[in-house]
Amino acid sequence: MSEPMIRLDKLTKRYPGHDGAAVDAIDLAMPKGEIVILVGPSGCGKTTTLEMINRLIEPTSGRIFLEGEDVTHVDPDQLRRRMGYVIQQIGLFPHQTIAQNIATVPRMLGWDAKRTNARVDELLHMVGLDPSRYRDRYPKEMSGGQRQRVGVARAMAADPPVMLMDEPFGATDPITRERLQNEFLRIQEDIGKTIVFVTHDIDEAIKMGDRIAILDVGSRVAQYDTPEAILSHPASAFVEQFLGAGILLKRLNLSRVEDVEVATGEWPTIDRGSTGEQARAQLRKSGRSHLLLLDDQRRPARWIGAADLERSDAGTGDLSGLGTEVQACVDLRATLNGALQEMLLNANGVAVVVDREGAYAGTLDLDTIIAAIRRMRAASPDGDVPLDPA
Amino acid sequence: MTALALDLDEAVVGRRQRTLLRRARFVGVPLAVALACLAMYLYVQSQDLDNIERRIITFANIRRAAGEQIEIALWATALTLVIAVPLGIALTRPWARRIAPIVIAVANIGQGIPAIGLLFFVYIQLVRSGSTATVLGMAIYAILPVLRGTMVGLQQVDRGVVKAARGMGMGKGEVLVRVEMPLAVPILLTGVRTALVLTVATAVLAAFIGGGTFGSLIISGQAQGRPLAVAVGSLGAASLAILADWVGGIVEDLLRPKGL
Repeated sequence: MSEPMIRLDKLTKRYPGHDGAAVDAIDLAMPKGEIVILVGPSGCGKTTTLEMINRLIEPTSGRIFLEGEDVTHVDPDQLRRRMGYVIQQIGLFPHQTIAQNIATVPRMLGWDAKRTNARVDELLHMVGLDPSRYRDRYPKEMSGGQRQRVGVARAMAADPPVMLMDEPFGATDPITRERLQNEFLRIQEDIGKTIVFVTHDIDEAIKMGDRIAILDVGSRVAQYDTPEAILSHPASAFVEQFLGAGILLKRLNLSRVEDVEVATGEWPTIDRGSTGEQARAQLRKSGRSHLLLLDDQRRPARWIGAADLERSDAGTGDLSGLGTEVQACVDLRATLNGALQEMLLNANGVAVVVDREGAYAGTLDLDTIIAAIRRMRAASPDGDVPLDPA
Repeated sequence: MTALALDLDEAVVGRRQRTLLRRARFVGVPLAVALACLAMYLYVQSQDLDNIERRIITFANIRRAAGEQIEIALWATALTLVIAVPLGIALTRPWARRIAPIVIAVANIGQGIPAIGLLFFVYIQLVRSGSTATVLGMAIYAILPVLRGTMVGLQQVDRGVVKAARGMGMGKGEVLVRVEMPLAVPILLTGVRTALVLTVATAVLAAFIGGGTFGSLIISGQAQGRPLAVAVGSLGAASLAILADWVGGIVEDLLRPKGL
């Protein structure tokens, strides 16, 4: 293996007056360009471990290597400017505009105004915020999710090779969290940073991690492997217990919609400009109960049933008023678990799959997911992963 | 989305109300003071003043009294700031966590002592100049609100903000100057404003030790049984205190960082 981006060598933290170490001689190598998750029960020392990497907490003993360089004793302020840092409380400066917040590290590094401004706009675009609209706002004028995006942008400002993230999405509601996680994974696809990510949520760990370190008290590494390997071979009873109920459902979080076969011809589709007559013909030909109306950008708009078409007057009416709006819509990169949830919410038992631009890419049904589960169980070494009795 | 829109609306309404209130205060306070002084002027004009009254109640005397009082208050406030703000900063640093309560207790005692006693003490024991003694005494008296304002202002700064700043590689001094102090400013200024009003209002006591101020009009009027002189002196002192508060309010508005 080539030199890891970050290597911890017997890194230890003891606090005076406490028995045992908060972090007890942890050895861990974090490969370049991967998201490494530190996950464990509260009090296991995962945050202490993270904060020793940028020396917000000074280690008692042991060493930290960044790209092979021993940084255990370098100037901590200089070291931190080489690592992005995102925390749960975000910690935006309330008295500074969004642009000033993002420009914090570039300013310290002495970038000129032109370069800084260009970078701020680029980053705002990257995290999905319109620069002209948000650049001059103050943090209090933004929602929690938007602030967290700015927090991520600020950490990436000087393009550090490493990002440290401490429960970055922990304070947001489940829907926002899901969205932020997906966005972050999309961004990471492009930027390929080495990310150390602390969470207490095993589901988040499985979803976000290229590699997961499950930590026991004292930051002892109970298992350090890919999510797939951890789910199929938990190394100890502690790991199994920490993974908790429903391992199979969790494994659905590992497979994405694009990994399974998305059916493209299962359901008939029709363009927005079509007449009711064409729609009826299409529906008859397919022998299905509903057809899917696509809008001008080929985005799924509505499910239209045979009964809806009967009601419309002789094919003259506008199709876009008929049927029901498409509710269950999943991205190609959504997890099978997410798709399953959408499916259960949708009356047809079908999730509509869209591509990156939001255009129709096919449909996914329950049978496909069940087949995927079968394959997972077959691939499992014991031939079977026990379903949780509950 | 709707919730956000509501929040923003509320913030906008709140801001609008605050702006209105600020404008009303900006014009209303000096106007009220001016009216009161004008009324007093007309009343004095309408009275038949005797010799003594004519000697005490003169424009020259009033001007000098106002000048002395403002000067004492400004020096005292400046001295207070120079002592209390750095002290407040020092006491909120992690290494001072243990001694902070002790210093606060001492400052509390400082304010608990009757102001007049403090003045006489400083005058008799330390300096033999009425106005210098007043400045010193007032400064001791006014340290507490500024010290409190500085400490509370710094302590209420969100720890997450400080942690994020340190985590991005800001040095401790830079965090203090660029993050902690600006965020402490609103509360710090409230303390300064209290100190300013306190010193302006109590500066009249300087008259007891020959420091002039509107107190001298009050004392002479009292000694010679001329209530009109007492009234003029009191109105002068009260007007100055109210205007000091008004100036303090404007300074607070001007210096409060945007975005808070």
